Amino acid sequence: METLELKNLYDDFRDGDTIKAYAKIIAEDAKKLKKPINIMEVCGGHTHTIMKFGLPQLLPDNVSFIHGPGCPVCIMPKERIDHAYVLAMQADVILVTLGDMIKVPGSNGSLQDARAKGADVRFVYSPMECLKIAEDNADKTVIFFAIGFETTTPMTAVLVEQVIKQKVPNILFHINHVTVPEVMVELIDSRDVHVDSYNNQIDAFLGPSHVSVISGSKIYDKFPKDYGRPVVVTGFEPVDAMQGISMIVKQFVEERCEMEVQYKRVVNHDGNLKAQDLINTYFEKMSLFRWRGLGNVPDSGLKLRAEYADYDAEVKYKDVLPIAEIEDHKLCICGDILRGMAKPQECTIFGTACKPTTPIGSCMVSSEGACAAYYKYGNLI
Amino acid sequence: MCLSIPSKVVKISDDKTMCTVDTMGVQRDANLMMMGDDDVTIGDYVLLHIGFVMNKIDDDEAMASIDTYKEILELMDEEDRKKAILEDDECEARGEQYAQEVKS
Repeated sequence: METLELKNLYDDFRDGDTIKAYAKIIAEDAKKLKKPINIMEVCGGHTHTIMKFGLPQLLPDNVSFIHGPGCPVCIMPKERIDHAYVLAMQADVILVTLGDMIKVPGSNGSLQDARAKGADVRFVYSPMECLKIAEDNADKTVIFFAIGFETTTPMTAVLVEQVIKQKVPNILFHINHVTVPEVMVELIDSRDVHVDSYNNQIDAFLGPSHVSVISGSKIYDKFPKDYGRPVVVTGFEPVDAMQGISMIVKQFVEERCEMEVQYKRVVNHDGNLKAQDLINTYFEKMSLFRWRGLGNVPDSGLKLRAEYADYDAEVKYKDVLPIAEIEDHKLCICGDILRGMAKPQECTIFGTACKPTTPIGSCMVSSEGACAAYYKYGNLI
Repeated sequence: MCLSIPSKVVKISDDKTMCTVDTMGVQRDANLMMMGDDDVTIGDYVLLHIGFVMNKIDDDEAMASIDTYKEILELMDEEDRKKAILEDDECEARGEQYAQEVKS
């Protein structure tokens, strides 16, 4: 090919013949596997691709997926959703967040419900829209409810930077950013004495695409080295996913355990250093962040640095924000699903009490969760 | 929510904080504040996420992947052809064997 066209970046990575070709390669290689392997796709974007394109059907019986916790909406504990709801209901507050949060139910309802009760809740495409909303509503306080993994964190950092530089007096932040490597460690080597992570079934990781664009593939170096789990950082298109799976299977056949990058067109070892600088300038680690379905995960959450406490809605509205932890339904088995010890259909409330319209567990909350994907594309499994 | 869209940069603002990108015929503005100065130039392919350019797409790596896929498909075609010829040969051999058996 002479020159790359934008079209190639779409079509060539979704080409059906290439997907089938990789299915053949994987089937041949998998014959040489000494034992079946379970690959965890960490990221909800991958879960969506895998289910949408029916990739499990193209794989041999001895190569299976475990669907990971990489959906930032799904893993948000109910008490954090309640924070958003309570903040939205405060007088003279405009709560701004990304569209993914609209329907997620907390104990009092979702942000959509808050809006129906008269709260000013706005769903934006980009965090930067907060600047205009704040300018147009000088008499109100705009609170940006920030969610997402490393992919989305630097965008919030840019907004914090602009709020400080432009001396915007009426924007605050409620930070719910979480990080990927820490939860990957939690799944295979939990420090929680109540969790038997040694029973997990994860043999290898399909590394997230766009988290890695920001953080670089360096964040996974320790997994083959310290935990004996290969990682292949893989793009979100179906051809990418099949090639990534093929690379993992080859590692097992050739008895290698390495960190490799399939998604080389955008991911390098160092990542986007400017974005990492922005994150480190404005955020610091929380000692614990409670993940819905998984519990407390050490060092996995971010908060505004103490010197920016004036911009922190959790500090300013401390007196009205609920602090009690809210557990999921007793019958929910999302924790086991996320560790690969159970499949969604093994849950007694899957598809009955727990549906995308009335989600009970974390994996049903957004379309990127394993249960929601199984519910939507169930006929493909 | 971590999905992003490959797009082509068609315009960069004078202060280099914003650009206009084309996504398969749709034009929109994107923030460049996550990219280093002069990292992005007109004609570059970039990944767009919630209104920001999050990184450049490396043309050479993208083309290398696409070339790999083409080679695999050609190889598969070649293997399929060989397999078809073999099956054909086997079929002919079986036919001959059957003819022999019938004669004897």
